Amino acid sequence: MILVWLILIPFIGGLFCWRAERWGDKVPRWIALATMLLVLVTTLVLWWQGDYHLPKTGTPEAVRWAIEWHVPWIPRFGIDIHLAMDGLSLILIALTGFLGVLAVVCSWKEIAQRVGFFHLNLLFILGGVVGVFLSIDLFLFFCFWEMMLVPMYFLIALWGHSGSAGKTRIRTAIKFFIYTQASGLLMLVAILALVFAHHANTGVYTFSYLELLGTSMSEPFAYWLMLGFFIAFAVKLPVVPLHGWLPDAHAQAPTAGSVDLAGILLKTAAYGMLRFCLPLFPEASQAFAPVAMALGVVGIFYGALLAAGQQDVKRLIAYTSISHMGFVLIGIFAGTSIALQGVIVLMVAHAFSAAGLFILSGQLYERLHTRDMRLMGGLWGRIDKLPAFTLCFVAASLGMPGTANFIGEFLVLFGTFPVAPVVTVLASVSMVLAVLYSLLIMQRVHFGPAQGEVHFSGLDWREYTMMLGLVALVIFFGFYPQILVDTTLSVTDEVHQLFTSGSVGAAIQSLAGVR
Amino acid sequence: MLTRTDMMALTPVILVCATAITVMLGIAWRRQHAVTVLVSALGLNTALLSLFLFGELGTVRTPMLVFDSVTILGMGMILVSSLACATFSHAYLDGFPGAREEFYLLLLCAAAGGMVLTAADHLATLFFGLELLSMPLYGMLAYTFRDRNSLEAGIKYLVLSATATAFLLFGMALLYAQTGHLDIPGLVAGMSSGVGPWALAGVGLVLVGLCFKLSIIPFHLWTPDVYQGGPGPAVTFLATASKVAAFIVLLRIVEAIPAFHGAQAQTLLAALALLTMLAGNLLALLQANLKRLLGYSSIAHFGYLMVAIVVADKLAVETSGIYLITYLITTLGAFGVVTLLSSPYGGEDASALHYYRGLFWRRPYLAAVLTVAMLSLAGIPFTAGFIGKFYIIALGVEAQRWWLVAGIVVGSAIGLYYYLRVTITLYLMEPGMQRRDAPNDWGLRAGGLVVLLLAVLMILMGVYPSPVVHWMSLLSLAGS
Repeated sequence: MILVWLILIPFIGGLFCWRAERWGDKVPRWIALATMLLVLVTTLVLWWQGDYHLPKTGTPEAVRWAIEWHVPWIPRFGIDIHLAMDGLSLILIALTGFLGVLAVVCSWKEIAQRVGFFHLNLLFILGGVVGVFLSIDLFLFFCFWEMMLVPMYFLIALWGHSGSAGKTRIRTAIKFFIYTQASGLLMLVAILALVFAHHANTGVYTFSYLELLGTSMSEPFAYWLMLGFFIAFAVKLPVVPLHGWLPDAHAQAPTAGSVDLAGILLKTAAYGMLRFCLPLFPEASQAFAPVAMALGVVGIFYGALLAAGQQDVKRLIAYTSISHMGFVLIGIFAGTSIALQGVIVLMVAHAFSAAGLFILSGQLYERLHTRDMRLMGGLWGRIDKLPAFTLCFVAASLGMPGTANFIGEFLVLFGTFPVAPVVTVLASVSMVLAVLYSLLIMQRVHFGPAQGEVHFSGLDWREYTMMLGLVALVIFFGFYPQILVDTTLSVTDEVHQLFTSGSVGAAIQSLAGVR
Repeated sequence: MLTRTDMMALTPVILVCATAITVMLGIAWRRQHAVTVLVSALGLNTALLSLFLFGELGTVRTPMLVFDSVTILGMGMILVSSLACATFSHAYLDGFPGAREEFYLLLLCAAAGGMVLTAADHLATLFFGLELLSMPLYGMLAYTFRDRNSLEAGIKYLVLSATATAFLLFGMALLYAQTGHLDIPGLVAGMSSGVGPWALAGVGLVLVGLCFKLSIIPFHLWTPDVYQGGPGPAVTFLATASKVAAFIVLLRIVEAIPAFHGAQAQTLLAALALLTMLAGNLLALLQANLKRLLGYSSIAHFGYLMVAIVVADKLAVETSGIYLITYLITTLGAFGVVTLLSSPYGGEDASALHYYRGLFWRRPYLAAVLTVAMLSLAGIPFTAGFIGKFYIIALGVEAQRWWLVAGIVVGSAIGLYYYLRVTITLYLMEPGMQRRDAPNDWGLRAGGLVVLLLAVLMILMGVYPSPVVHWMSLLSLAGS
């Protein structure tokens, strides 16, 4: 039942925020903050109390999920409300809770209009994301997957910044929505085809993840279905030819929206690949792996190169996200246990560093009222503390040892090497580009000739605490990533087993034994 | 001879007709708007109740009508939408300068026609039902005839509908010439030894006639103008009850008559479906008038529904039921909001999109209803529309009609654009826009309550669909 509450709390909190607007602007903010803190604390308590270690072989099925909740929903098609939590979903939900708190706090001053409705949308996104991480019924998963787009759409369309001429925020929001929704429908078709294939084999309609695992299909058919899933996730990740929505969405979303987009929404895609795409279609995914890894390498270079050429701070950070997600994609499709652990660490690390950078650029915007880097320059010394924090996150973003990002990228490269040495070499080369764009941020924004003499107000305690917390987390996970690895080891191990074992049937048999 | 069971099965239709006569006599005696509405609503509710009571008779076959579970469902939907239209018209016609009471008379007649149509098992009742449904609609559409657009809508529908009826009649004549039967079981038997050329032509012409009513492309040309020009309640009825009835009879015919089961006929139907869903969505893209946009959107939705006609198996009947229900409540909700905003009548309806700018900040609940309706039309999860879309895609995947599935996916992606455009308009605040507004106490009036109820239903059916899904899984057409 606690899992249901994890989903419901943000939704209920959101409705309260909306109605609480009549009592002033402050009330919705506090309600939203309390709601997200509640989610965060609940998750941390679950983490503290639960046991997420690798189940020993021979233990009964119940061990597979740490917590599970199950009621029938639409019995006609075997659709259940089936929520379950394991190490992977736990970490991502904790991340959602944490970034949710940040998103509320960082929009404390930025959002001045329609505060209640803003927080309704913000909390609905977070509720939807928690739903995505918890659902293991494919129908339910799809529902949350599509549902969380609607409040995000409102967030961009109503509170976004209008960009250059012809790129209004509404247009951007619609573009975001159509990209993700249309690709989502492909996934729905793939889910349904999978269910009917399972029905043809067994005569049972079911949308349950565990039941559908190991459905036997002809090879080309499985390949098509895998592509259906992959494209839906690839749009959200984003993988390069399908990334068109991302820079605009980031550039025009309010800060809280960017934090959610980069920190959590992109992670739902990686989560989807890890949870559904690979385990459901291991052979097809393996056949597809070279293409996916090539796309990952292209993404890394493309993102890094375009990032270096941007004038808009937020667009720059958006492109670096594309670059980082290229690493995630490579790691996932390398499929080795180490690479998958690297993917998880990198996801968490990227969430922190990207959120930090987006919040910083939001703070810059509040002071300078521009995001154009040509109008900045020489800010070091003109704003108290903010440039120093920027330096920290830029260092994290380029993968400096001592930050969590370094651990993530290192593990991904390390794990990929035995499978695809060429890819590893190419990806390592791109590190140089990462340094390039990272230094460009510092150079253009904070060093260089000053564009004016005005001194801007420094960070107040709210902003300061947020930044300090993020830096602490980046460094903490940089030195002690083991805590993430321990929690998710059972998941990465299972995906690895399914993915790399020569005969998939045997792997499933052994897994069924484990369950 | 009519038996007792036949009479019981016919009760709902009889009740609606009786209500129509009562209303007519009442008007002749004394004009009272409120009383007329009350009597109509009472009659419709009684008919709905009797439908529930006699719905458990099982399949009843009278000489010309058949009452199976699909008929019951269709009649229920027609009654519900007539009820909604009656309540909407009460608010809408409040400020109408001319005679207000006759509208309900027309509405009741049309409802009776639609009910007969859903039960039609004989070409004579099919024709009779279709005409009884269409004739009052001409009047309803042109009811506010001092407004040119309304008059234009009525006349346009009259002329084009009459043309379609001519096609239908000619098709029936050809069918009779070939088989010597007018009842559908007889027709099926007559074609059992092979479909002759005349019968094929006849079937094609009947298809044209019915496709016109459903505004399947390329027979859709009347739709946008009529939707835009007609008064709100009339268009609501046209978009819901009239289409539901025509669709059910089309489903019945396609399922029964073997001429539709050949490979070529299937290809033709599939092409119509694909064309309708794509073109309907494309044409809706740049509309600046909400009623017109909803007209194109309904074309697209019937394009999706045509998938059920193409597949025409057990799951297709179930899918049709689910989709029609979701379409019905969603469309009623959307048109309900438009009608409420145009109430009381004061010239042209408030259907241009700019009337809706910033509606959320003036009328949050009304805008929320329209938002839910738009999301439901777009098929977003946790609204009724998604369940419908899920069924349609499932049907396409099950029958392995990949082209149609691709059409649905592309169509939905295009559709998102204009549904979202309408939705976001509701939330944009721009000062100085001209506005039409619902009366302040809209939420306490019958129309407002109906709209709120529909919004709740849309969400409820999206979140907890299993009762409806279970009910629909029992649905089947009476074999002929």
